[in-house]
Amino acid sequence: MVGIVGWGAYVPCYRIKAETIARQWGGDPESVRKGLLLEEKTVPGMDEDTITISVAAARDAIERAGIAPHEIGAVYIGSESHPYAVKPSGTVLIDALGIGPHVHVADYEFACKAGTEAMFVAYSLVKAGQMKYALGIGADTSQGAPGDALEYTASAGGAAFIMGDDKVVAEIQATYSYTSDTPDFWRKELEHYPQHAGRFTGEPAYFRHVLAAARGILEQSGHQPQDFAYAVFHMPNGKFPLKAAKTLGFTREQMEEGLLVTTMGNTYSGSSPTGLAAILDVARPGDLILLVSFGSGAGSDAFVFQTTDHLPALQDKAPKIRTLLERNRRYLDYGQYAKFRRKIIFNSPV
Amino acid sequence: MKSAQYIREVPQRYRLEAGKCTGCGKLHFPPRLVCDGCGSREFEAATLPRQGTLLTWTVIHAAPPQFSLETPYVVGIVELDGGVRLTCQVADCDPEELAVGAPVELVFRRIKEDNAADIIQYGYKAVLRRE
Amino acid sequence: MRDVFIIGTGMTPFGELWDRSLRDLYVEAALAAIDDAAVDRLDSMYVGCMTSGLFVGQEHIGALMADYLGRTPIPATRVESACASGGIAVRQAYLEIASGASEVVLAGGVEKMNDGADVTSALAAASDQEYEAYQGITFPGLYALIARAHMHRYGTTREQLARVAVKNHRHGALNPKAQFQFEITIDQVLNSTQVADPLRLLDCSPVTDGAAAVILASAEVAGKLKGHPAVKITASAQASDTFALHNRQDLTHLGAVQRAGELAFIQAGRTIDDIDVVELHDCFTIAELCAMEALGIAEPGKAAALVETGETTLGGRLPINTSGGLKAKGHPVGASGVAQIVELTTQLRGTAGKRQVEGARLALAQNMGGTGASCTVHILEGAA
Repeated sequence: MVGIVGWGAYVPCYRIKAETIARQWGGDPESVRKGLLLEEKTVPGMDEDTITISVAAARDAIERAGIAPHEIGAVYIGSESHPYAVKPSGTVLIDALGIGPHVHVADYEFACKAGTEAMFVAYSLVKAGQMKYALGIGADTSQGAPGDALEYTASAGGAAFIMGDDKVVAEIQATYSYTSDTPDFWRKELEHYPQHAGRFTGEPAYFRHVLAAARGILEQSGHQPQDFAYAVFHMPNGKFPLKAAKTLGFTREQMEEGLLVTTMGNTYSGSSPTGLAAILDVARPGDLILLVSFGSGAGSDAFVFQTTDHLPALQDKAPKIRTLLERNRRYLDYGQYAKFRRKIIFNSPV
Repeated sequence: MKSAQYIREVPQRYRLEAGKCTGCGKLHFPPRLVCDGCGSREFEAATLPRQGTLLTWTVIHAAPPQFSLETPYVVGIVELDGGVRLTCQVADCDPEELAVGAPVELVFRRIKEDNAADIIQYGYKAVLRRE
Repeated sequence: MRDVFIIGTGMTPFGELWDRSLRDLYVEAALAAIDDAAVDRLDSMYVGCMTSGLFVGQEHIGALMADYLGRTPIPATRVESACASGGIAVRQAYLEIASGASEVVLAGGVEKMNDGADVTSALAAASDQEYEAYQGITFPGLYALIARAHMHRYGTTREQLARVAVKNHRHGALNPKAQFQFEITIDQVLNSTQVADPLRLLDCSPVTDGAAAVILASAEVAGKLKGHPAVKITASAQASDTFALHNRQDLTHLGAVQRAGELAFIQAGRTIDDIDVVELHDCFTIAELCAMEALGIAEPGKAAALVETGETTLGGRLPINTSGGLKAKGHPVGASGVAQIVELTTQLRGTAGKRQVEGARLALAQNMGGTGASCTVHILEGAA
């Protein structure tokens, strides 16, 4: 049996309310709240980035798994906001957690689905018998352009999953991917903020790929929507995953536990992975979980997990993601937010 | 470019690796070549715990350029469980929340960049334990 | 060891001296000291300086100053011990004469801090660069850590810290070479700009350009001079302590200051009760209190109360920092230790004017580097 043996998730303590951003740009707070189903989003501290978020999440994953860091044979961080354009994120993480140096490391990038890519490859390597444990992480500190719709949602956070074949807490029963060349959202080298194709990001991009991947894995695994205790779909906002769920025949109840977006925002590569972490925090043995990610450009990775008897003992070994979302929330005004996210021009050296 | 100087301290800044004197048992952070407790030159590797308490702190309002965007920020002296002390920032808090003896734990954060084009230098900071 | 005497002193004004360079400052003070001593002989010279490299990009300043003083080929040595560079330069000159190696030696200190370098970063180099400065701590920050520990342990108050600055400004107002020749109030200190809580701007010594110099000589040379009453160095002591503040078991205790003080009292055959006037290293208000406690001027935790009594103010039982101290006179870091000796020599000669301590015969100078990892204490004795 191969699957998750440990998980951890992290979100920064800083927040900005959707209302604060709306007022800055003369928008209507109420329509943003209803349109995106979003109250607020996380903001990384000035001392946080994809690497520090990954370290925090992975430290808890190792703690839950109860393994020695050097037993991990591969580390993959999926992100669209790696702090360096050239120089890996994973190298910092393996040295921070004592995993290296005898380890395979790579950074992945595929818009918002880089995290599930990392999980997929980590899982595949363990399944192939290449190594005992592999670590897959999805984390981001993404930015939307000032005044752009994305600014309401682009947030910071991540989740880490250790794959293994011993004391598995959530077996991976099936995987499925669906990918096509669909330019719905992109950022070129040296551009600071991403561009997106407006409403084209919906039907031809998000929904086409998420629904196809979900339908594909359901057919492949022989499960029906009602078989699942939980489902989590990539959460660019509150509306899209609920609409996808409804279209596929999943209930609001199945979605509720993993739906962190309303108070977390879109953590991009960390989005559906943090949702999965929230589900693992509370699931009972034998629960079926469906996860479908989405990355612009575009593609979806889908996973079917079934939890095991090993799960409950690990749930309280590290902070739960909903606890992290609720405690020590520190609200920023737009000026502070602009400073934190370096949206204003500073003099050197920083 | 500080790469050479930076990488040398990575075991301490990333993983809190200390040296334990085999002569008298004193923990040294960072490790040393000779024990100032007993004069021994033999050490074994030890990893410090991440939990400790806050002994004293200040709020920096006037900072060097690498830190000036983050003012005001808190720097304190932390005594880790087991007795080793170190100086580090206390992140994610209001100074009003701090007290002598407050329980803290060390987390992994960005510390500074010497300029925008230079390497990102990481290390430990303390945060209040908020169980 | 031979007796050593101070036969000449010199000092530039302290302040923002835009028209004077690093070398100008040192040479100006050295020439004044040479003129004051009225001797032409100079066997060697010392330059106390913390970080001319970071402040103006100039190292190798022993030879630089020898050249610009017109004294090549005599040996010229730079001494660096952060803010104790000056005091330790004096001590090196003292040892050179006491040992019999030389007869007349110049000990000067200099710092040029206002030429545009980032002062906070340069001064932070006196802390542990890898384990203190790396974390974003500053020098005011380090002393603020001490101040909070002192307040927590002994109940020392914000107002009590302010009183140290008020006292030293009162003295500085009487010193024509001081950077700040004006008085301040407690309210001004308490409402000044925040620097490193709980310390504010008026708790901190300023950024200063300046130099000071003394000429030391053997008894044989000093005995032939007729200009000034002889001032003898009856003790020169030095000690060190853990480099990083966090490694001190008691964060409020300056171990090197205590040790250097004890050694100096033994060497001089005196106790603190014999001393008439003191220059202490008040880089921050809290530093003066901690140094008082380490030297035994007050019991641990009692220095602030002693300052409140006025006993350490000019006219009191034991005036401290009659020059204005680092706080009001200014703190060109490498020069401060030498400037303390200049002030005390002036007091012992009885030529301190409005800030003269009547009948002063024994004086003590304490100069420290970093958060007290290095310290030197000198005891001077004037003519009967």
